[in-house]
Amino acid sequence: MAHEYLHNVVTLKLDQDKCIGCGRCVEVCPHRVFRLNDRKADIVQHQKCMECGACALNCPVEVISVRSGVGCAYAVLKGKSQGTGPDCGCCG
Amino acid sequence: MMENACPENEHPCRTRKVQATWTWRDHLGAWKMRWGFGRNRYRVQPGLYAMGLPSPEDPVLVTANYKLTFDVLRRSLAGQNLWILVLNTHGINVWCAAGKKTFGTDELVKRIRKHHLGQVVTHKTIIFPQLGAPGISAHEVQKQTEFRVTYGPVRASDIQAFLANEMKANEQMRTVTFTLRERLAVVPVELVQALRYFLPIAIPVVLLSLLGGINLSIATALAMLPFLGAILTGTILFPILLPVIPLRSFAAGGWLLGILYAGGLALFIHAGGWLAATLLLILPPLVSFIALNFTGATTFTSLSGVEFELKRAVPMMVASAVLGVIAYTGQLILGG
Ligand code: SF4
Ligand code: SF4
Repeated sequence: MAHEYLHNVVTLKLDQDKCIGCGRCVEVCPHRVFRLNDRKADIVQHQKCMECGACALNCPVEVISVRSGVGCAYAVLKGKSQGTGPDCGCCG
Repeated sequence: MMENACPENEHPCRTRKVQATWTWRDHLGAWKMRWGFGRNRYRVQPGLYAMGLPSPEDPVLVTANYKLTFDVLRRSLAGQNLWILVLNTHGINVWCAAGKKTFGTDELVKRIRKHHLGQVVTHKTIIFPQLGAPGISAHEVQKQTEFRVTYGPVRASDIQAFLANEMKANEQMRTVTFTLRERLAVVPVELVQALRYFLPIAIPVVLLSLLGGINLSIATALAMLPFLGAILTGTILFPILLPVIPLRSFAAGGWLLGILYAGGLALFIHAGGWLAATLLLILPPLVSFIALNFTGATTFTSLSGVEFELKRAVPMMVASAVLGVIAYTGQLILGG
């Protein structure tokens, strides 16, 4: 069973024109959001992005942008209450 | 684990030997981690480890120094000869440490240099766990160390197949799942965490009510049970039912489950109007809140989504709880 979270809130963007087709984003994405077509990356499952940021950090030409962070309510609440931004305390 | 004594070559000398098998201590430790005891101290020494009898041509795997992560990795590598480079993530697992960037570019580059990896092995490839990718920038590592990062599979259980397949991962190996088994694995920690908030409130309240006599104390303890039920609904039932709950929002899904629970409870105890209203107003937001917190344990929720939910759900939870208290007061005054 494939889980899916909220649609239309995800911040992932790709500037396809500047993509050099290295395939790193396809390799790192744990939700198979990208596919390589004609030596260009394509976002094929935008709604599945969990904003982990792996693709953006590993794109050698920096054509992917995403507001990355942990999708963890506890972290968001903790960050808000301490004014530090989302910080995960759940996992240590 | 013991120091490897090999006089002729200095660098591998500093590596420790490691085996695939688990001792009873490892099993006990893993069990304790699953229940959330002593999480902050379960670590292995960072550094370079030798699994089997690796040669300079054998692969290098990178992992975190959370002992459970390390143990699961080595257990999955039975029969292999290879190197394991353990980064210092302060005892935090790969995924969480990558998010914090402690399992990151700087630490990896530092460890490659510190342990003279370029002299230990003759090749220029390191296998990094795919779930650690949010922490490092592969091209940056290559620029600084000449080592090329190849991302290994998501699950340790696929590593043998990955190595046998010329270090190529198929789609299934690259995809994160959240199976019933994986969901159940995180339930104990969630449950223990929720009870950590609940018991310090519930136990003193019940003890305090002893002042009013044993009957009042029993009544108070009984009054706590619906809350305990809500906690169990949120921490156990919600994760189990997650794929069949027809709402993508965790807050909404939890609320729905809470309504079913509170409604069922009201029917079961033949609650009158006021009491039923109280249960239906107070318990569902509690289940919803616990469900929303479960986002932290999942493998697919995004930060934007969680913020979106929190912004809308928390005011509704507060409003519902306040109405619940009003309904409870109404019941006390008017009876029913
Ligand atoms: S941010 Fe993570 S989940 Fe989203 S597309 Fe990039 S790699 Fe995939
Ligand atoms: S990582 Fe960047 S350059 Fe490489 S395929 Fe993906 S988008 Fe294109």
